[in-house]
Amino acid sequence: MDGSGGAVELRETHRLTGHADRAWALAWNPNPGSGVSPVLASCGGDKTVRIWKRAPDGAWQCTDVLEDTHNRTVRSCAWSPDGKLLATASFDATTAIWEYSGGEFECVATLEGHENEVKCASWSPSGSLLATCSRDKAVWIWEMQPGNEYECVAVLQGHTQDVKMVQWHPILDVLVSVSYDNTIRVWADDGDDEWHCVQTLTESDNCGHSSTVWSISFNQKGDRMVTCSDDRTLKIWDTSIDLSQPNTGEGHESWRHVSTLTGYHGRTIFSAHWSSEDVIASGAGDDAICLFVEEKSSMVDGPSYRLVLKKEKAHDMDINSVRWCPQDPRVLASASDDGTVKLWELQGNILD
Amino acid sequence: MVMGLINANPVVHEKKERRTRETPGNTDENAVEPIDQLEIFDHIRDIKDPEHPYSLEELKVVTEDSVEISDELSHVRVTFTPTVEHCSMATIIGLCLRVKLMRSLPPRYKVDIRLAPGSHATEAAVNKQLNDKERVAAALENSNLLDIVDECLAPTLG
Repeated sequence: MDGSGGAVELRETHRLTGHADRAWALAWNPNPGSGVSPVLASCGGDKTVRIWKRAPDGAWQCTDVLEDTHNRTVRSCAWSPDGKLLATASFDATTAIWEYSGGEFECVATLEGHENEVKCASWSPSGSLLATCSRDKAVWIWEMQPGNEYECVAVLQGHTQDVKMVQWHPILDVLVSVSYDNTIRVWADDGDDEWHCVQTLTESDNCGHSSTVWSISFNQKGDRMVTCSDDRTLKIWDTSIDLSQPNTGEGHESWRHVSTLTGYHGRTIFSAHWSSEDVIASGAGDDAICLFVEEKSSMVDGPSYRLVLKKEKAHDMDINSVRWCPQDPRVLASASDDGTVKLWELQGNILD
Repeated sequence: MVMGLINANPVVHEKKERRTRETPGNTDENAVEPIDQLEIFDHIRDIKDPEHPYSLEELKVVTEDSVEISDELSHVRVTFTPTVEHCSMATIIGLCLRVKLMRSLPPRYKVDIRLAPGSHATEAAVNKQLNDKERVAAALENSNLLDIVDECLAPTLG
């Protein structure tokens, strides 16, 4: 078995158990250190964060449990680009920053300011900015200062309901937020340290989503973005226009809708993630994982995407998060309401 | 704080007699017994209204016909009708229904809770909230809210 030919298959390789409640989110460390095997963080309704590593014998084990800091659900977690810090967003209205030092994880800062549940945290590509979002409808941007200090440099108001997720563009200092108000908002700095909403993608004007938008993911180059929603669709967006340079060029150049993937999931799609090999994974409330790739042969009608495979019953309950491993783009992690985290290996030639 | 009741004089209906289940002729203990409409109704009929000493059945907020079930697809949908169309308790009632079913049904079940079409002034907003599991999870971590829900569910236990 060389894994490069034959039928495409998503094979379950490991089942990580330990969370005592639903597992909400996952984050692979983008930079675990040279020669170190991949490191995965998971968090959930049991108020803990778990760190998973592969032992020399190939088995995965939980090496650290980060607890007693958040007193409510830990909704999501995010590693800094250098892999040294982990930010955790909690329903307790705080975001904690953890540092690995002296053989254990230590909470080195707690970011307070949101009025209620913090749902997501995302580091900018340089690692100097951290964005957080909340049910209070706001997005906050924090700047890292020396000595584990974080200063709030902007409070972005615009969404009319909960903000479900924030994600920085992989290269530019452009931030995207998605919301219970069904919209996607794009935010950029005007060069004078003032942050503005530079575009809002809506159902009526941009072929956007008709219900809550749950998740966003960019491709590696940053010229495409996928979003997924309670409307049971995934949408692909052309994000090649540099919105970090507003007011340049004629007219209203902006991000635009490319494709809508519909009919693949029977319930809310909670998570979508774009691999470095350009495979889009989605996980949903129908307990299934779907994989999509761009159909290269049909450029006549513009780009389109096709289903590579659908893994029914990937978990016993809703799937809340799917994440491709940055060091091994054939490895996918998924987290579920059933409390488990699963690792999958994509086998076969997806471009057949 | 003293608040007026949202619906001071609700119409109270008689409870339906509980039907006894027919004993299946087949006594194989391992046979999978599908969950049916009546079984779901039995889980929710005795939930107490948040502002009255009556059950949801007595107030006709739910009836047997409120329950749609596909055991094969592991899907349940409960459609409830508040006693007045501005009922601010609609979200609490919906939350009680969801929590009761979460605690009673096997985890494989997908549950949708919704207001009867046309029964409420902010129907779409309430439906969206009741079916957003993140909001539901956050609400159930609020101890005041959880106390209210548990009080309403108390008559359904046992």
